Amino acid sequence: MTEDVAVLGVGLHPWGKRGRSFVEYGAAAARAALADAELDWRDIRSIVGADTVRGGYPGYVAGATFAKALGWQGARVTSVYAACASGAQAIGAARAQILAGLAETVLVVGADAAPKGFFRPAGGDRPDDPDWLRFRVLGATNPTYFGLYARRRMALHGDTPEDFAQVKVKNSAMGALNPHARYRKRVTAQEVAASAVVADPLRLLDICATSDGGAALVLSSMEFARRHCVAEPVRIRAVSTVTPRYPNTVLDLPDIATDSAVAAEPAAEPFRASIATAAYEEAGIGPEDLSLAEVYDLSTALELQWYEDLGLCAEGEGAKLLREGATSPGGRIPVNASGGLASFGEAVPAQAIAQVCELTWQLRGFAGERQIADARVGVSANQGLFGHGSAVIAVR
Amino acid sequence: MSRTRTPVVAGWFIGDGDGFRLLGTRCSACASVFFPREDAHCRNPACPGGDLKEVPLSRRGRVWSYTDSRYRPPSPYVTDPELPWEPYTLIAVELAAEGLVVLGQAVPGVTVGDLAVGMEVEVVPGVLHEDAETVWTTWQWRPTRGR
Ligand SMILES: [Zn+2]
Repeated sequence: MTEDVAVLGVGLHPWGKRGRSFVEYGAAAARAALADAELDWRDIRSIVGADTVRGGYPGYVAGATFAKALGWQGARVTSVYAACASGAQAIGAARAQILAGLAETVLVVGADAAPKGFFRPAGGDRPDDPDWLRFRVLGATNPTYFGLYARRRMALHGDTPEDFAQVKVKNSAMGALNPHARYRKRVTAQEVAASAVVADPLRLLDICATSDGGAALVLSSMEFARRHCVAEPVRIRAVSTVTPRYPNTVLDLPDIATDSAVAAEPAAEPFRASIATAAYEEAGIGPEDLSLAEVYDLSTALELQWYEDLGLCAEGEGAKLLREGATSPGGRIPVNASGGLASFGEAVPAQAIAQVCELTWQLRGFAGERQIADARVGVSANQGLFGHGSAVIAVR
Repeated sequence: MSRTRTPVVAGWFIGDGDGFRLLGTRCSACASVFFPREDAHCRNPACPGGDLKEVPLSRRGRVWSYTDSRYRPPSPYVTDPELPWEPYTLIAVELAAEGLVVLGQAVPGVTVGDLAVGMEVEVVPGVLHEDAETVWTTWQWRPTRGR
Protein backbone atom coordinates (compact mmCIF):
# COMPACT_ATOMS: atom_id res chain seq x y z
CA MET A 1 0.00 0.00 0.00
CA THR A 2 1.12 3.53 -0.81
CA GLU A 3 0.42 6.60 1.27
CA ASP A 4 -2.79 8.56 0.78
CA VAL A 5 -3.05 12.00 -0.77
CA ALA A 6 -5.74 14.44 0.34
CA VAL A 7 -8.46 15.90 -1.88
CA LEU A 8 -8.65 19.48 -0.63
CA GLY A 9 -10.84 20.93 -3.34
CA VAL A 10 -13.13 19.85 -6.19
CA GLY A 11 -14.72 21.92 -8.93
CA LEU A 12 -16.77 21.40 -12.08
CA HIS A 13 -17.90 23.65 -14.86
CA PRO A 14 -21.39 22.37 -15.80
CA TRP A 15 -21.47 19.97 -18.77
CA GLY A 16 -23.29 21.02 -21.92
CA LYS A 17 -22.76 22.30 -25.44
CA ARG A 18 -22.03 25.97 -25.19
CA GLY A 19 -19.64 26.66 -28.04
CA ARG A 20 -16.99 28.22 -25.79
CA SER A 21 -13.30 27.33 -25.51
CA PHE A 22 -12.16 24.38 -23.38
CA VAL A 23 -9.80 26.84 -21.64
CA GLU A 24 -12.75 28.75 -20.25
CA TYR A 25 -14.37 25.57 -18.87
CA GLY A 26 -11.11 24.34 -17.33
CA ALA A 27 -10.24 27.68 -15.75
CA ALA A 28 -13.74 27.96 -14.25
CA ALA A 29 -13.48 24.46 -12.79
CA ALA A 30 -9.99 25.25 -11.46
CA ARG A 31 -11.19 28.41 -9.73
CA ALA A 32 -14.06 26.46 -8.17
CA ALA A 33 -11.69 23.78 -6.88
CA LEU A 34 -9.29 26.39 -5.46
CA ALA A 35 -12.18 28.15 -3.71
CA ASP A 36 -13.40 24.81 -2.36
CA ALA A 37 -9.88 24.14 -1.02
CA GLU A 38 -9.66 27.68 0.37
CA LEU A 39 -6.30 28.07 -1.35
CA ASP A 40 -4.88 30.90 -3.44
CA TRP A 41 -3.73 29.83 -6.93
CA ARG A 42 -0.41 31.61 -6.28
CA ASP A 43 0.30 29.13 -3.47
CA ILE A 44 -0.09 26.05 -5.72
CA ARG A 45 3.34 24.70 -6.66
CA SER A 46 2.36 22.34 -9.47
CA ILE A 47 -0.34 22.09 -12.13
CA VAL A 48 -1.19 19.00 -14.16
CA GLY A 49 -3.38 19.35 -17.24
CA ALA A 50 -5.25 16.54 -19.01
CA ASP A 51 -4.88 17.21 -22.72
CA THR A 52 -7.58 17.45 -25.36
CA VAL A 53 -6.95 16.67 -29.03
CA ARG A 54 -9.75 19.00 -30.06
CA GLY A 55 -8.33 22.37 -28.98
CA GLY A 56 -5.37 22.74 -31.32
CA TYR A 57 -1.91 23.31 -29.83
CA PRO A 58 -3.22 24.70 -26.51
CA GLY A 59 -5.05 21.38 -26.05
CA TYR A 60 -1.78 19.40 -26.33
CA VAL A 61 -0.17 21.53 -23.62
CA ALA A 62 -3.22 21.77 -21.37
CA GLY A 63 -1.24 22.20 -18.14
CA ALA A 64 0.47 25.33 -19.43
CA THR A 65 -2.72 26.56 -21.10
CA PHE A 66 -4.62 26.48 -17.80
CA ALA A 67 -1.66 27.93 -15.87
CA LYS A 68 -1.57 30.88 -18.27
CA ALA A 69 -5.35 31.37 -18.07
CA LEU A 70 -5.19 31.42 -14.27
CA GLY A 71 -2.16 33.75 -14.41
CA TRP A 72 1.48 32.65 -14.68
CA GLN A 73 2.85 32.19 -11.18
CA GLY A 74 5.84 29.89 -11.66
CA ALA A 75 4.28 26.51 -10.83
CA ARG A 76 5.83 23.28 -12.14
CA VAL A 77 3.80 22.14 -15.16
CA THR A 78 2.83 18.72 -16.53
CA SER A 79 0.49 17.80 -19.38
CA VAL A 80 -0.67 14.25 -20.03
CA TYR A 81 -2.70 12.50 -22.70
CA ALA A 82 -4.26 9.06 -22.29
CA ALA A 83 -7.51 9.25 -24.30
CA CYS A 84 -10.49 8.80 -21.96
CA ALA A 85 -8.13 8.03 -19.08
CA SER A 86 -6.30 11.38 -19.46
CA GLY A 87 -7.96 12.81 -16.35
CA ALA A 88 -6.98 9.82 -14.24
CA GLN A 89 -3.40 9.95 -15.51
CA ALA A 90 -3.32 13.62 -14.54
CA ILE A 91 -4.44 12.60 -11.04
CA GLY A 92 -1.81 9.86 -11.06
CA ALA A 93 0.95 12.29 -12.05
CA ALA A 94 -0.12 14.79 -9.39
CA ARG A 95 -0.22 12.07 -6.75
CA ALA A 96 3.24 10.81 -7.71
CA GLN A 97 4.66 14.33 -7.35
CA ILE A 98 3.10 14.68 -3.90
CA LEU A 99 4.24 11.24 -2.72
CA ALA A 100 7.74 11.91 -4.06
CA GLY A 101 7.87 15.16 -2.12
CA LEU A 102 8.19 17.30 -5.26
CA ALA A 103 5.07 19.32 -4.49
CA GLU A 104 2.81 19.68 -1.48
CA THR A 105 -0.20 20.95 -3.43
CA VAL A 106 -1.12 20.19 -7.04
CA LEU A 107 -3.96 21.50 -9.18
CA VAL A 108 -5.35 18.94 -11.64
CA VAL A 109 -7.47 20.25 -14.53
CA GLY A 110 -9.16 18.70 -17.56
CA ALA A 111 -11.62 20.26 -19.98
CA ASP A 112 -13.02 19.71 -23.46
CA ALA A 113 -15.16 21.42 -26.04
CA ALA A 114 -16.66 18.62 -28.10
CA PRO A 115 -17.79 18.74 -31.74
CA LYS A 116 -21.33 17.89 -32.83
CA GLY A 117 -21.97 14.25 -33.73
CA PHE A 118 -19.51 11.35 -33.79
CA PHE A 119 -15.95 11.74 -32.60
CA ARG A 120 -13.76 11.55 -35.70
CA PRO A 121 -10.04 11.15 -36.27
CA ALA A 122 -7.69 14.04 -36.97
CA GLY A 123 -7.50 15.09 -40.62
CA GLY A 124 -5.08 13.97 -43.33
CA ASP A 125 -4.21 10.54 -44.76
CA ARG A 126 -2.60 8.44 -42.03
CA PRO A 127 -2.68 4.74 -43.01
CA ASP A 128 -0.39 3.89 -40.06
CA ASP A 129 -2.89 5.27 -37.51
CA PRO A 130 -5.41 2.62 -36.33
CA ASP A 131 -7.91 5.36 -35.44
CA TRP A 132 -7.79 6.71 -39.01
CA LEU A 133 -7.93 3.20 -40.49
CA ARG A 134 -11.05 2.06 -38.67
CA PHE A 135 -12.95 5.05 -40.06
CA ARG A 136 -11.44 4.86 -43.56
CA VAL A 137 -11.77 1.12 -44.05
CA LEU A 138 -14.84 0.22 -41.98
CA GLY A 139 -16.61 3.46 -41.01
CA ALA A 140 -16.48 2.00 -37.51
CA THR A 141 -17.61 4.82 -35.19
CA ASN A 142 -17.38 4.48 -31.41
CA PRO A 143 -21.07 3.47 -31.13
CA THR A 144 -20.53 0.52 -33.49
CA TYR A 145 -17.99 -0.92 -31.04
CA PHE A 146 -20.49 -0.37 -28.20
CA GLY A 147 -23.05 -2.20 -30.36
CA LEU A 148 -20.70 -5.16 -30.80
CA TYR A 149 -20.15 -5.41 -27.04
CA ALA A 150 -23.88 -5.13 -26.31
CA ARG A 151 -24.81 -7.82 -28.83
CA ARG A 152 -22.12 -10.10 -27.44
CA ARG A 153 -23.58 -9.69 -23.94
CA MET A 154 -27.05 -10.55 -25.24
CA ALA A 155 -25.72 -13.71 -26.88
CA LEU A 156 -23.50 -14.81 -23.98
CA HIS A 157 -25.40 -13.67 -20.89
CA GLY A 158 -28.99 -13.22 -22.06
CA ASP A 159 -29.07 -9.47 -21.45
CA THR A 160 -31.98 -7.75 -23.20
CA PRO A 161 -32.47 -4.27 -24.69
CA GLU A 162 -34.91 -3.73 -21.79
CA ASP A 163 -32.05 -4.34 -19.33
CA PHE A 164 -29.93 -1.78 -21.15
CA ALA A 165 -32.80 0.74 -21.06
CA GLN A 166 -33.09 0.31 -17.28
CA VAL A 167 -29.51 1.56 -16.91
CA LYS A 168 -30.57 4.78 -18.63
CA VAL A 169 -33.70 5.02 -16.46
CA LYS A 170 -31.58 4.64 -13.30
CA ASN A 171 -28.84 7.07 -14.35
CA SER A 172 -31.17 9.75 -15.72
CA ALA A 173 -33.06 9.75 -12.41
CA MET A 174 -29.80 10.57 -10.61
CA GLY A 175 -28.71 13.06 -13.26
CA ALA A 176 -31.98 14.91 -12.75
CA LEU A 177 -30.73 15.67 -9.22
CA ASN A 178 -27.26 16.85 -10.30
CA PRO A 179 -26.84 20.57 -11.06
CA HIS A 180 -23.62 19.88 -13.03
CA ALA A 181 -25.21 17.33 -15.38
CA ARG A 182 -26.09 18.26 -18.97
CA TYR A 183 -29.28 16.17 -19.13
CA ARG A 184 -31.50 16.74 -16.13
CA LYS A 185 -34.65 15.01 -17.23
CA ARG A 186 -35.78 11.56 -16.11
CA VAL A 187 -36.02 9.14 -19.02
CA THR A 188 -38.46 6.22 -19.20
CA ALA A 189 -37.85 2.78 -20.69
CA GLN A 190 -40.49 3.62 -23.31
CA GLU A 191 -38.52 6.71 -24.34
CA VAL A 192 -35.35 4.64 -24.74
CA ALA A 193 -37.23 2.06 -26.81
CA ALA A 194 -38.72 4.80 -28.99
CA SER A 195 -35.36 6.44 -29.74
CA ALA A 196 -33.64 5.66 -33.04
CA VAL A 197 -31.29 2.69 -33.38
CA VAL A 198 -27.73 4.00 -33.83
CA ALA A 199 -25.74 0.77 -33.80
CA ASP A 200 -27.88 -2.32 -33.32
CA PRO A 201 -28.91 -3.26 -30.63
CA LEU A 202 -28.19 0.17 -29.13
CA ARG A 203 -30.44 3.19 -29.49
CA LEU A 204 -29.72 6.87 -29.23
CA LEU A 205 -30.63 6.95 -25.53
CA ASP A 206 -28.35 3.96 -24.82
CA ILE A 207 -25.30 5.86 -26.01
CA CYS A 208 -23.60 8.76 -24.26
CA ALA A 209 -23.32 12.07 -26.05
CA THR A 210 -20.16 14.11 -26.53
CA SER A 211 -20.11 17.16 -24.28
CA ASP A 212 -18.30 20.28 -23.22
CA GLY A 213 -17.19 20.31 -19.60
CA GLY A 214 -14.40 21.08 -17.18
CA ALA A 215 -13.28 19.43 -13.93
CA ALA A 216 -10.55 20.18 -11.41
CA LEU A 217 -9.10 18.88 -8.16
CA VAL A 218 -6.72 20.34 -5.61
CA LEU A 219 -4.65 17.51 -4.17
CA SER A 220 -2.13 17.76 -1.32
CA SER A 221 0.01 15.71 0.97
CA MET A 222 -1.69 14.49 4.16
CA GLU A 223 0.82 16.57 6.11
CA PHE A 224 -0.21 19.74 4.22
CA ALA A 225 -3.90 18.93 4.81
CA ARG A 226 -3.26 18.71 8.56
CA ARG A 227 -1.40 22.02 8.55
CA HIS A 228 -4.24 23.49 6.51
CA CYS A 229 -6.54 22.34 9.33
CA VAL A 230 -8.46 19.80 7.27
CA ALA A 231 -8.72 17.04 9.87
CA GLU A 232 -10.57 14.38 7.89
CA PRO A 233 -10.11 15.05 4.17
CA VAL A 234 -11.30 12.66 1.51
CA ARG A 235 -8.20 10.73 0.50
CA ILE A 236 -7.09 9.08 -2.72
CA ARG A 237 -5.77 5.65 -1.85
CA ALA A 238 -5.16 4.16 -5.29
CA VAL A 239 -4.78 5.27 -8.90
CA SER A 240 -4.59 2.41 -11.39
CA THR A 241 -3.49 3.18 -14.94
CA VAL A 242 -2.29 -0.26 -16.05
CA THR A 243 -2.01 -1.38 -19.68
CA PRO A 244 -3.43 -4.59 -21.20
CA ARG A 245 -1.47 -7.82 -21.18
CA TYR A 246 -0.59 -9.63 -24.41
CA PRO A 247 -2.58 -11.19 -25.92
CA ASN A 248 -5.51 -8.77 -25.53
CA THR A 249 -8.37 -10.89 -26.86
CA VAL A 250 -11.17 -8.32 -26.58
CA LEU A 251 -11.71 -6.11 -29.64
CA ASP A 252 -10.90 -2.75 -28.07
CA LEU A 253 -11.32 0.67 -29.67
CA PRO A 254 -9.92 1.62 -32.17
CA ASP A 255 -8.58 -1.78 -33.27
CA ILE A 256 -9.66 -3.71 -36.35
CA ALA A 257 -8.51 -7.02 -34.84
CA THR A 258 -7.46 -8.49 -31.50
CA ASP A 259 -4.11 -9.96 -30.60
CA SER A 260 -3.58 -13.62 -31.47
CA ALA A 261 -3.96 -16.10 -28.60
CA VAL A 262 -2.33 -18.86 -30.61
CA ALA A 263 1.14 -18.60 -29.06
CA ALA A 264 0.48 -17.07 -25.64
CA GLU A 265 -2.23 -17.89 -23.11
CA PRO A 266 -4.48 -14.86 -22.43
CA ALA A 267 -4.30 -13.56 -18.84
CA ALA A 268 -7.00 -14.99 -16.58
CA GLU A 269 -8.40 -11.48 -16.21
CA PRO A 270 -9.39 -9.35 -19.19
CA PHE A 271 -8.07 -5.79 -19.44
CA ARG A 272 -10.91 -3.91 -17.73
CA ALA A 273 -10.95 -6.30 -14.78
CA SER A 274 -7.17 -5.96 -14.44
CA ILE A 275 -7.55 -2.18 -14.12
CA ALA A 276 -9.85 -2.68 -11.12
CA THR A 277 -7.70 -5.41 -9.57
CA ALA A 278 -4.62 -3.19 -9.63
CA ALA A 279 -6.58 -0.45 -7.83
CA TYR A 280 -7.94 -2.86 -5.21
CA GLU A 281 -4.44 -4.25 -4.59
CA GLU A 282 -2.94 -0.78 -4.25
CA ALA A 283 -5.67 0.27 -1.80
CA GLY A 284 -5.68 -3.00 0.12
CA ILE A 285 -9.44 -3.36 -0.25
CA GLY A 286 -11.88 -5.45 -2.26
CA PRO A 287 -15.17 -4.83 -4.03
CA GLU A 288 -17.04 -5.85 -0.85
CA ASP A 289 -15.66 -2.72 0.87
CA LEU A 290 -17.18 -0.27 -1.62
CA SER A 291 -19.97 2.17 -0.78
CA LEU A 292 -20.40 3.40 -4.35
CA ALA A 293 -18.89 3.31 -7.83
CA GLU A 294 -18.69 5.76 -10.72
CA VAL A 295 -18.20 3.83 -13.96
CA TYR A 296 -17.75 4.82 -17.60
CA ASP A 297 -21.18 4.18 -19.11
CA LEU A 298 -20.28 5.11 -22.68
CA SER A 299 -23.27 2.91 -23.37
CA THR A 300 -25.90 1.44 -21.08
CA ALA A 301 -24.64 -2.08 -21.84
CA LEU A 302 -21.08 -1.10 -20.90
CA GLU A 303 -22.24 -0.12 -17.41
CA LEU A 304 -23.36 -3.73 -16.88
CA GLN A 305 -19.96 -4.90 -18.12
CA TRP A 306 -18.26 -2.71 -15.51
CA TYR A 307 -20.30 -4.32 -12.69
CA GLU A 308 -18.59 -7.58 -13.57
CA ASP A 309 -15.16 -6.10 -14.24
CA LEU A 310 -15.22 -4.31 -10.86
CA GLY A 311 -16.18 -7.58 -9.16
CA LEU A 312 -19.55 -6.24 -7.95
CA CYS A 313 -21.02 -9.50 -9.25
CA ALA A 314 -19.90 -12.59 -11.12
CA GLU A 315 -19.37 -12.60 -14.89
CA GLY A 316 -22.66 -12.57 -16.76
CA GLU A 317 -24.67 -11.36 -13.75
CA GLY A 318 -24.54 -7.63 -14.40
CA ALA A 319 -28.13 -7.42 -15.61
CA LYS A 320 -29.30 -9.46 -12.61
CA LEU A 321 -27.53 -7.06 -10.24
CA LEU A 322 -29.27 -4.15 -11.96
CA ARG A 323 -32.70 -5.84 -11.88
CA GLU A 324 -32.31 -6.50 -8.14
CA GLY A 325 -31.79 -2.79 -7.60
CA ALA A 326 -28.37 -3.33 -6.02
CA THR A 327 -26.83 -0.56 -8.12
CA SER A 328 -29.63 1.97 -7.53
CA PRO A 329 -29.58 4.52 -4.71
CA GLY A 330 -30.37 2.63 -1.49
CA GLY A 331 -29.04 -0.60 -3.01
CA ARG A 332 -26.01 -2.59 -1.90
CA ILE A 333 -23.60 -0.76 -4.23
CA PRO A 334 -25.06 2.31 -5.97
CA VAL A 335 -23.41 2.95 -9.35
CA ASN A 336 -23.24 6.33 -11.08
CA ALA A 337 -24.94 8.36 -8.36
CA SER A 338 -23.79 11.40 -10.37
CA GLY A 339 -26.03 10.34 -13.24
CA GLY A 340 -23.03 8.96 -15.11
CA LEU A 341 -22.07 9.67 -18.69
CA ALA A 342 -25.73 9.05 -19.53
CA SER A 343 -26.52 12.38 -17.83
CA PHE A 344 -23.26 14.22 -18.51
CA GLY A 345 -22.18 13.14 -21.96
CA GLU A 346 -18.44 12.65 -22.36
CA ALA A 347 -16.02 15.57 -22.04
CA VAL A 348 -13.01 13.32 -22.54
CA PRO A 349 -10.13 14.78 -20.46
CA ALA A 350 -12.50 16.10 -17.79
CA GLN A 351 -14.57 12.97 -17.31
CA ALA A 352 -12.30 10.85 -15.11
CA ILE A 353 -11.63 13.94 -12.95
CA ALA A 354 -15.37 14.58 -12.68
CA GLN A 355 -15.83 11.00 -11.48
CA VAL A 356 -13.45 11.71 -8.59
CA CYS A 357 -15.25 15.01 -7.87
CA GLU A 358 -18.47 13.03 -7.43
CA LEU A 359 -16.77 10.47 -5.18
CA THR A 360 -15.43 13.35 -3.08
CA TRP A 361 -18.82 15.03 -2.68
CA GLN A 362 -20.37 11.67 -1.76
CA LEU A 363 -17.63 10.80 0.74
CA ARG A 364 -17.89 14.25 2.33
CA GLY A 365 -21.64 13.78 2.62
CA PHE A 366 -22.20 16.91 0.51
CA ALA A 367 -23.95 15.32 -2.48
CA GLY A 368 -27.33 16.84 -1.68
CA GLU A 369 -30.38 15.02 -2.97
CA ARG A 370 -28.29 12.29 -4.58
CA GLN A 371 -26.30 11.54 -1.39
CA ILE A 372 -25.54 7.85 -0.80
CA ALA A 373 -25.99 7.24 2.93
CA ASP A 374 -22.79 6.76 4.95
CA ALA A 375 -20.48 6.58 1.94
CA ARG A 376 -16.99 5.51 3.12
CA VAL A 377 -15.20 4.05 0.08
CA GLY A 378 -15.71 4.86 -3.59
CA VAL A 379 -14.19 3.66 -6.84
CA SER A 380 -14.19 5.24 -10.28
CA ALA A 381 -13.42 3.28 -13.43
CA ASN A 382 -12.96 4.11 -17.08
CA GLN A 383 -11.50 2.84 -20.33
CA GLY A 384 -10.32 4.68 -23.38
CA LEU A 385 -8.68 4.14 -26.73
CA PHE A 386 -5.22 2.68 -27.34
CA GLY A 387 -4.93 0.50 -24.23
CA HIS A 388 -5.82 3.14 -21.68
CA GLY A 389 -7.96 2.73 -18.62
CA SER A 390 -8.10 3.86 -15.04
CA ALA A 391 -9.55 3.22 -11.64
CA VAL A 392 -9.29 5.56 -8.66
CA ILE A 393 -10.17 4.59 -5.09
CA ALA A 394 -11.13 7.36 -2.65
CA VAL A 395 -11.88 6.93 1.04
CA ARG A 396 -12.76 9.00 4.09
CA MET B 1 -12.32 3.64 -69.77
CA SER B 2 -11.68 0.95 -67.19
CA ARG B 3 -10.93 2.04 -63.66
CA THR B 4 -8.11 0.58 -61.61
CA ARG B 5 -8.97 -1.70 -58.72
CA THR B 6 -6.96 -0.58 -55.73
CA PRO B 7 -6.99 -2.14 -52.24
CA VAL B 8 -8.11 0.40 -49.61
CA VAL B 9 -4.98 -0.64 -47.67
CA ALA B 10 -1.98 -2.20 -49.40
CA GLY B 11 -0.88 -5.65 -48.24
CA TRP B 12 -3.90 -6.57 -46.11
CA PHE B 13 -5.55 -8.97 -48.57
CA ILE B 14 -4.91 -10.72 -51.88
CA GLY B 15 -6.59 -12.79 -54.58
CA ASP B 16 -10.00 -13.10 -56.21
CA GLY B 17 -13.09 -15.25 -55.78
CA ASP B 18 -12.46 -18.40 -53.76
CA GLY B 19 -8.76 -17.54 -53.67
CA PHE B 20 -9.35 -14.31 -51.74
CA ARG B 21 -7.56 -14.17 -48.36
CA LEU B 22 -6.76 -11.69 -45.63
CA LEU B 23 -3.00 -11.38 -45.18
CA GLY B 24 -1.29 -11.26 -41.82
CA THR B 25 2.20 -12.02 -40.62
CA ARG B 26 3.44 -14.86 -38.43
CA CYS B 27 6.41 -14.79 -36.08
CA SER B 28 8.91 -17.56 -36.87
CA ALA B 29 9.94 -17.78 -33.20
CA CYS B 30 6.63 -17.93 -31.29
CA ALA B 31 4.03 -18.48 -34.08
CA SER B 32 1.96 -15.42 -33.05
CA VAL B 33 -0.14 -14.11 -35.92
CA PHE B 34 -0.67 -10.40 -36.52
CA PHE B 35 -3.51 -8.70 -38.35
CA PRO B 36 -3.19 -5.91 -39.34
CA ARG B 37 0.26 -7.16 -40.32
CA GLU B 38 3.20 -6.44 -38.06
CA ASP B 39 6.36 -6.25 -40.15
CA ALA B 40 8.89 -4.74 -37.75
CA HIS B 41 8.90 -6.84 -34.58
CA CYS B 42 6.85 -9.52 -32.82
CA ARG B 43 4.62 -7.97 -30.12
CA ASN B 44 4.55 -11.02 -27.84
CA PRO B 45 6.54 -9.79 -24.79
CA ALA B 46 7.61 -13.37 -24.00
CA CYS B 47 9.12 -13.80 -27.46
CA PRO B 48 12.77 -13.00 -28.24
CA GLY B 49 11.57 -11.89 -31.69
CA GLY B 50 11.61 -13.91 -34.90
CA ASP B 51 11.21 -13.19 -38.59
CA LEU B 52 7.76 -11.99 -39.52
CA LYS B 53 6.53 -13.83 -42.61
CA GLU B 54 3.40 -13.02 -44.57
CA VAL B 55 0.64 -15.61 -44.13
CA PRO B 56 -2.89 -15.88 -45.50
CA LEU B 57 -5.50 -16.04 -42.73
CA SER B 58 -8.22 -18.68 -42.50
CA ARG B 59 -10.98 -18.09 -44.98
CA ARG B 60 -13.74 -19.05 -42.56
CA GLY B 61 -14.51 -18.11 -39.00
CA ARG B 62 -17.38 -17.69 -36.55
CA VAL B 63 -19.29 -14.55 -35.64
CA TRP B 64 -17.95 -13.08 -32.36
CA SER B 65 -20.45 -10.24 -32.53
CA TYR B 66 -22.16 -7.92 -35.00
CA THR B 67 -23.81 -4.52 -35.27
CA ASP B 68 -24.69 -1.98 -37.92
CA SER B 69 -24.09 1.65 -38.77
CA ARG B 70 -27.47 3.37 -39.03
CA TYR B 71 -25.93 6.81 -39.43
CA ARG B 72 -23.41 8.06 -41.95
CA PRO B 73 -19.89 7.73 -40.49
CA PRO B 74 -17.66 10.81 -40.66
CA SER B 75 -14.69 11.25 -43.00
CA PRO B 76 -12.28 9.59 -43.82
CA TYR B 77 -15.08 7.08 -44.52
CA VAL B 78 -16.08 7.97 -48.06
CA THR B 79 -19.77 8.40 -48.87
CA ASP B 80 -21.78 10.40 -51.36
CA PRO B 81 -23.60 13.06 -49.33
CA GLU B 82 -26.05 13.47 -52.23
CA LEU B 83 -27.38 9.94 -51.74
CA PRO B 84 -29.56 8.80 -48.83
CA TRP B 85 -27.60 6.83 -46.25
CA GLU B 86 -27.79 3.05 -46.61
CA PRO B 87 -26.88 1.30 -43.33
CA TYR B 88 -24.34 -1.54 -43.53
CA THR B 89 -23.57 -4.35 -41.14
CA LEU B 90 -20.28 -4.87 -39.28
CA ILE B 91 -19.21 -8.35 -38.19
CA ALA B 92 -16.40 -9.28 -35.79
CA VAL B 93 -15.22 -12.76 -36.71
CA GLU B 94 -13.24 -15.20 -34.60
CA LEU B 95 -10.62 -17.13 -36.60
CA ALA B 96 -9.91 -20.32 -34.64
CA ALA B 97 -6.55 -21.26 -36.17
CA GLU B 98 -5.10 -17.77 -35.65
CA GLY B 99 -6.78 -17.22 -32.26
CA LEU B 100 -7.91 -13.70 -33.13
CA VAL B 101 -10.99 -11.66 -33.98
CA VAL B 102 -11.14 -9.56 -37.17
CA LEU B 103 -13.71 -6.85 -37.80
CA GLY B 104 -15.11 -6.27 -41.26
CA GLN B 105 -18.17 -5.13 -43.15
CA ALA B 106 -20.74 -7.72 -44.17
CA VAL B 107 -21.46 -8.18 -47.87
CA PRO B 108 -24.19 -5.77 -49.01
CA GLY B 109 -27.67 -7.07 -48.26
CA VAL B 110 -26.74 -8.96 -45.08
CA THR B 111 -28.50 -7.33 -42.11
CA VAL B 112 -28.20 -7.91 -38.37
CA GLY B 113 -31.40 -9.97 -38.64
CA ASP B 114 -29.52 -12.52 -40.75
CA LEU B 115 -26.79 -13.07 -38.17
CA ALA B 116 -26.19 -14.82 -34.85
CA VAL B 117 -23.14 -15.08 -32.60
CA GLY B 118 -21.34 -18.33 -33.46
CA MET B 119 -22.57 -18.47 -37.08
CA GLU B 120 -20.01 -19.42 -39.73
CA VAL B 121 -18.95 -16.73 -42.18
CA GLU B 122 -16.31 -16.53 -44.90
CA VAL B 123 -14.18 -13.72 -46.22
CA VAL B 124 -14.90 -12.48 -49.74
CA PRO B 125 -13.61 -9.61 -51.87
CA GLY B 126 -15.80 -6.51 -51.89
CA VAL B 127 -15.94 -2.92 -53.05
CA LEU B 128 -15.73 -0.17 -50.42
CA HIS B 129 -16.49 2.72 -52.81
CA GLU B 130 -15.74 3.90 -56.33
CA ASP B 131 -14.67 7.21 -57.78
CA ALA B 132 -13.89 8.43 -61.31
CA GLU B 133 -10.55 6.61 -61.61
CA THR B 134 -10.56 3.94 -58.93
CA VAL B 135 -12.56 1.05 -57.53
CA TRP B 136 -11.44 0.80 -53.90
CA THR B 137 -11.50 -2.85 -52.84
CA THR B 138 -11.78 -4.34 -49.36
CA TRP B 139 -12.67 -7.57 -47.53
CA GLN B 140 -16.21 -8.47 -46.49
CA TRP B 141 -17.79 -11.24 -44.44
CA ARG B 142 -20.55 -13.41 -45.85
CA PRO B 143 -22.56 -16.10 -44.03
CA THR B 144 -21.80 -19.58 -45.40
CA ARG B 145 -25.19 -21.01 -44.39
CA GLY B 146 -27.04 -22.64 -47.26
CA ARG B 147 -24.02 -22.60 -49.55
ZN1 LIG C 1 7.17 -13.93 -31.58
